[in-house]
Amino acid sequence: MQDSPKYWKGIEELESSPEFVKNALSEFADFMPVKESHGTSDATVAPRRDFLKLMGFGLAAATLASCETPIKKAIPYLNKPEEVDPGIANFYASTFFNGQDYNSVLVKTREGRPIKLEGNPESPITGGGLSARAQAAVLSLYDGARLQHFAKNGAKVDKDQLDQEVRNALAGAGRVAIVSPTIISPSTKKVIAEFAARFGGAEHVMYDVNSASGLLRANGGVLPAYDFSKADIIVSFGADFLGTWISPVEFARQYVANRKVSSAKRAMSKHFQFETNMSLTGSNADVREPMKPSALGEAVVSLYNALMGGGKPAGKLGMAAAALQSAGSRGLVVSGSNDPAIQTLVTAINQKLGSGAVDTANPSFVRQGDDARMARLVKDMAAGQIGAVIFYHANPVFDHPMGADLATALKKVKTTISLNDRLDETGALCTYAAPDHHFLESWNDYEPKRGYLSLAQPVITPLFATRQAQDSLLTWAGSPTTYYNYLRQQWQGVLGGGDFAKAWDKAVHDGVAMGSALPAPAAQLEGTMDVNSAIAAIKAAKSGGIELAIYEKIGVGTGADANNPWLQELPDPVTKATWGNYVTVPRAYAIERKWEQGDVVKVTANGKSVSLPVLIQPGQAAGTIGIALGYGRTAAGKVANGLGENVLPLAVMRNGAISYTNAVQMEATGTQSPIAQTQTHHTIMDRKPVVQEATLAQYRENPKEVTEYEKVSTPDGLEKPNKVSLWQDYEYKNHHWGMAIDLNSCIGCGSCVVGCQAENNIAVVGKQEVINRREMHWMRIDRYYSSDAHKEDFEEKGKLATYAAMEDPSENPSVIFQPMMCQHCNHAPCETVCPVLATTHSSEGLNQMTYNRCVGTRYCANNCPYKVRRFNWFSYYSNEKFESVNGHMFTDLGRMVLNPDVTVRARGVMEKCSMCVQRIQLGKLEAKKQKRRPKDGEIVSACAQSCPTQAIVFGDMRDSESRISQLLRREDGERAFHVLDAINVQPNITYLTKIRNTDKSDFNA
Amino acid sequence: MQHVSPVREPLVTGGKTYHDVTQDVCRQVEAAPNIRWMAALSVALLLLGVFFYSVYRTLWYGIGEWGLNKTVGWAWDITNFVWWVGIGHAGTLISAVLLLFRQKWRTSINRAAEAMTIFAVICAAMFPVLHMGRPWLAYWVFPLQNTFGSLWVNFNSPLLWDVFAISTYFTVSLVFWYTGLVPDFATIRDRAKGPIAKVAYSLLSMGWTGSAKHWSRYETVSLILAGVSTPLVLSVHTIVSMDFATSVVPGWHTTIFPPYFVAGAIFSGFAMVLTLMLITRVVFKLEDYITIEHIALMNKIMMITGSIVGVAYITEFFIAWYSQVEFEQYAFINRATGPYWWAYWSMMTCNVITPQLVWFRRVRYSIPLTFILSIIVNIGMWFERFVIIVTSLHRDYLPSSWAMFSPTIIDIGIYVGTIGLFFTLFLLFAKFFPVINMAEVKAVLKYTVDNGPTYTGHDPHHAPQPATTHGVPASAPVNYTKHD
Repeated sequence: MQDSPKYWKGIEELESSPEFVKNALSEFADFMPVKESHGTSDATVAPRRDFLKLMGFGLAAATLASCETPIKKAIPYLNKPEEVDPGIANFYASTFFNGQDYNSVLVKTREGRPIKLEGNPESPITGGGLSARAQAAVLSLYDGARLQHFAKNGAKVDKDQLDQEVRNALAGAGRVAIVSPTIISPSTKKVIAEFAARFGGAEHVMYDVNSASGLLRANGGVLPAYDFSKADIIVSFGADFLGTWISPVEFARQYVANRKVSSAKRAMSKHFQFETNMSLTGSNADVREPMKPSALGEAVVSLYNALMGGGKPAGKLGMAAAALQSAGSRGLVVSGSNDPAIQTLVTAINQKLGSGAVDTANPSFVRQGDDARMARLVKDMAAGQIGAVIFYHANPVFDHPMGADLATALKKVKTTISLNDRLDETGALCTYAAPDHHFLESWNDYEPKRGYLSLAQPVITPLFATRQAQDSLLTWAGSPTTYYNYLRQQWQGVLGGGDFAKAWDKAVHDGVAMGSALPAPAAQLEGTMDVNSAIAAIKAAKSGGIELAIYEKIGVGTGADANNPWLQELPDPVTKATWGNYVTVPRAYAIERKWEQGDVVKVTANGKSVSLPVLIQPGQAAGTIGIALGYGRTAAGKVANGLGENVLPLAVMRNGAISYTNAVQMEATGTQSPIAQTQTHHTIMDRKPVVQEATLAQYRENPKEVTEYEKVSTPDGLEKPNKVSLWQDYEYKNHHWGMAIDLNSCIGCGSCVVGCQAENNIAVVGKQEVINRREMHWMRIDRYYSSDAHKEDFEEKGKLATYAAMEDPSENPSVIFQPMMCQHCNHAPCETVCPVLATTHSSEGLNQMTYNRCVGTRYCANNCPYKVRRFNWFSYYSNEKFESVNGHMFTDLGRMVLNPDVTVRARGVMEKCSMCVQRIQLGKLEAKKQKRRPKDGEIVSACAQSCPTQAIVFGDMRDSESRISQLLRREDGERAFHVLDAINVQPNITYLTKIRNTDKSDFNA
Repeated sequence: MQHVSPVREPLVTGGKTYHDVTQDVCRQVEAAPNIRWMAALSVALLLLGVFFYSVYRTLWYGIGEWGLNKTVGWAWDITNFVWWVGIGHAGTLISAVLLLFRQKWRTSINRAAEAMTIFAVICAAMFPVLHMGRPWLAYWVFPLQNTFGSLWVNFNSPLLWDVFAISTYFTVSLVFWYTGLVPDFATIRDRAKGPIAKVAYSLLSMGWTGSAKHWSRYETVSLILAGVSTPLVLSVHTIVSMDFATSVVPGWHTTIFPPYFVAGAIFSGFAMVLTLMLITRVVFKLEDYITIEHIALMNKIMMITGSIVGVAYITEFFIAWYSQVEFEQYAFINRATGPYWWAYWSMMTCNVITPQLVWFRRVRYSIPLTFILSIIVNIGMWFERFVIIVTSLHRDYLPSSWAMFSPTIIDIGIYVGTIGLFFTLFLLFAKFFPVINMAEVKAVLKYTVDNGPTYTGHDPHHAPQPATTHGVPASAPVNYTKHD
């Protein structure tokens, strides 16, 4: 017998009294000692009354037990943290930078859980705006596909053991390399530098998936900072600066500053765009010309020559040249090309213009990748010259054109370490994985632009057994300090004299600070070109057959955040497609090859090929196709895996930089794969009551005529539609909430769509349900292309033929974006038809949806002229069909992201924009506590808040001094209009007519 | 007392006696079910199974099992609802309106037509409940006091009017139908041999003895109910049409809808009555009661209502043009030439063009052609509702939301399933209930035929054949004392 410790249930067991032994075996205690007051002498007979009592008790107990609602864990704080009050949100400043786009953010936390990211209004760079990707980043924190522990060959391993092994391996590794995307953190760079010094001059190689290597080379290794607000003439050669190029949130803000018009400023910039694919930026341009990638180089040369006094090019390029010439220093030329030759010329043009919008003295740091250096590293690895490699947030096996070579080369590297947040395509090939924290769990600092600093602070205890990458590097380098202390130390230099603790607290509180800490960027491996050799290089480039232009999407971007369902379901602003990539093909070419939308074609280049469905794209340059990168993940998680194909292997290295264009062969595969688009009809059908556009010349000439107001006939002549009504008007005694949306400022970026989704717990429905036209977004952005056919053709061509022709967009259409959400009509057609009064009007002008009362007849949705109501076709939070795409509503981990102020809607219930009623309520209560009225700007809807261009103004229309009241007063009769005014539903959302700086509007002829 | 010209066609042919009527009608009820009935019931039950499966999928997973989307919020569900309600109308029209107008020919068909009404309304009522996102809360549409606070229904909503219209309609139709059945149940009770049948029909006949007082009350109640039902014929479909007419959707927002819907309902109802009667009279050998004259008369009604519907279609287009509202105009152009043009032209062909064939006497009196015609009209009227609902919704105001609708297997299953439900009920009715109103047919037996066989002995087979063609001179006074 082995001596095992013996535990007693009590003193009785230890004593082992005979009575205890007798009872020990019977599970239940003796019969309940219920005695009747006048019991019988026979104790064995169960008395009738006892029986009834017990039965009654049993029945009641069973009934009560079955009635009880299961209580889920609701544990009060034992020791309440000082600043955390249940039910009250706390905001902490932080910074989002994923190697692509920089955003200074405020993190909204509830009971210690980050639930939403909002723009940091203190930031001089992003100014309260936020990109869609930054909005969605909070969901990635709760991504169950993150690696939740340290691992060796994919298996869980103890942290100390891993540290020991890594230290030993690194000590004798020989050449060590750290691969990362662009790093703009001064302290991290310092950590890496110290680490490198410790391991014999380890090399730090940065590469960007959407590289700006060519631009860096053309400017001597620095990335000029651009200020689009200082440009009156903007000429862009394929630079999608409002969507994905360098710093879109910052650029959008600057760009729109010079696009907003009003009675005070009847002027705006003029924007020329020469590009291959129809980009978000191109769709906002005043003048746009589709061009083959090979022709873009030629165009830059022609423009250069023209500005240098050479011949004036023809067409739109000539217009651009003339405009630039007269604008001088108020002109700006940018190019999205990664060809150093083209960028050299662009730099020369800007220098010639003396452009005030380009600042090389205080450069931007958000792109530092050197393609040549990365290519050399891959070669060195393949040659077995690298002893150890560390991947820090870098996944080159997936997102570098030489990914396949790298995967093979990795086998030659003895020690491979991944600091990535998951076992992604690269991480899975590494021996060691020491996953980094999410940025919301980390301390860090950033310098996106010289002189502008910002900080990130942890807002939640790390969810998993991960460790901040910088701490890992410090540990392996044998440094005893933590990264937090290290960071503070660094900042002592930045914040300088005085009371550091106080200054530090202020910096952490604000999230931003002025100062500089980043060392000068390393020079590019290959030197700059001179103009003549650049021209020669451009002339030497040949075009061949169909040219592919690889582009980046606003949502999924480089694919690093591909496992984020909010981003996957965010419609591309231009194609309106979700969940996967596709081949954008010009219409004429599709007709020529007899391809229909959704036909899968095989695109081949470099001996590699991808098979993707065709999407017919108006505005796509003839002889070109476009494919988005960032798709085709295989190890990202269940949301992203298997969506689309990775197009990067089709890119090539040219002039020492990645060229995102290439000549391709195409063939049909004979199969079909539907594309999930949220909008399938693309033209406006000349419906002026829906959206209006006018030219700047018209606006300057007579601002009262740029908007067409519909009138209805009455006995007293033509009247405004709202003068004739069968309905009684509501009286708003206290507040009257409303919104104004400036179509001139809206660039269609989709940030509001994700912001709304995060704020309002909107379900993600997945590809098939988007194909079924059942996406749940409360806020959508309608995109209309202009058509060649107009109502003026009715007489000549007949109504039927004209209407049929109107359905086809022009070959190179103008584009209008129109954010569309519940219009909160004062005479709402949805309210009258609900049989159970589930949707009603509030005393403050809101159209309210009472989910609990809704029985789901969908009559309201049918009767909504704006089609903004969304029905819960399924139980999106429990139906297994949605577990992979809407997983965050299924697990305790994911549910942490839900906004506790907003109900998760049940199956069979209608939902729609509530104008963020929870925010209105909060603002009113705050004001009431302080015995005052809410201040203008204090309450703001999620969409208005996230808008980088401030296109949406939300406020109280009863307050005559509010921004919205002033705006409406100013724009009344000029640009302010209601969508579908004539049906007299009297929306509380007002739109402002779009003004385009062009000769003639393509809309409405 | 009523004077009827002897040149009129008799309403019942074949020289039937009162006893023959009883025999012919009760035969179906009393005999063992025949193989054809069993086969038909099996098919109907199979379809009913499809119904239950589709309903299970809908209730368990949600409306997402259907093909609806964010733009098209109603499609087959409400199409089927309006279609079934429309079909029901013929029964009420025959039993109530034709009773008030003293159209004696209605007596042979009113029982089955009323049964059809009730079953059609049952089928129709499935859809307003099933189409709800949360059908378990369907009772919230009734103005019931509740324990949740001061919640009340929305009297502005046409859907609420629907609730009242359909429930009233169903109740009145049921009572009317049942009242008519009571004397016939008594007849069957008196003849019943089996113990179950005896008890069942005793209960059903509610102690009817056929006393003069009973008959007097019977007649009075029939008249009152006819009076109550008559406005319902007009009101029910008027209210159903208001589901659309009071909305802002171009193509729905049309003032012509109430009369147009009522005409359409009678149109489709008569088509369905014809479909059912043409089968019943053959299967149950009732050719002498449901004569070719009945068929011709119903054909005429169908043609007239079909023409009204046709005029309505054209009027809609005229008004769209006349209104000069671009959304209205586009809605109708899109109907005829848009992606759903095939549905529109199916509707036009089935509902406007084919019924005009009835102008030809040969078509009117041809049983196969009438049968085909009735099926075509049923199809056409289904398309009418589909066209109104789906083609109006799928392209309304904002082009960004334009979408297409395609049904799923569950959509189809529920529709086919309600047909199974309908025929299950109808077949059970045809077997266990008298399909022809014996009492009332007996009352019109001597309509135009004064020398009825009842005077000439008890054996009908030896009786001289009564005049079956017009022009036979009457040898006895045309006025006779009727039963009442």
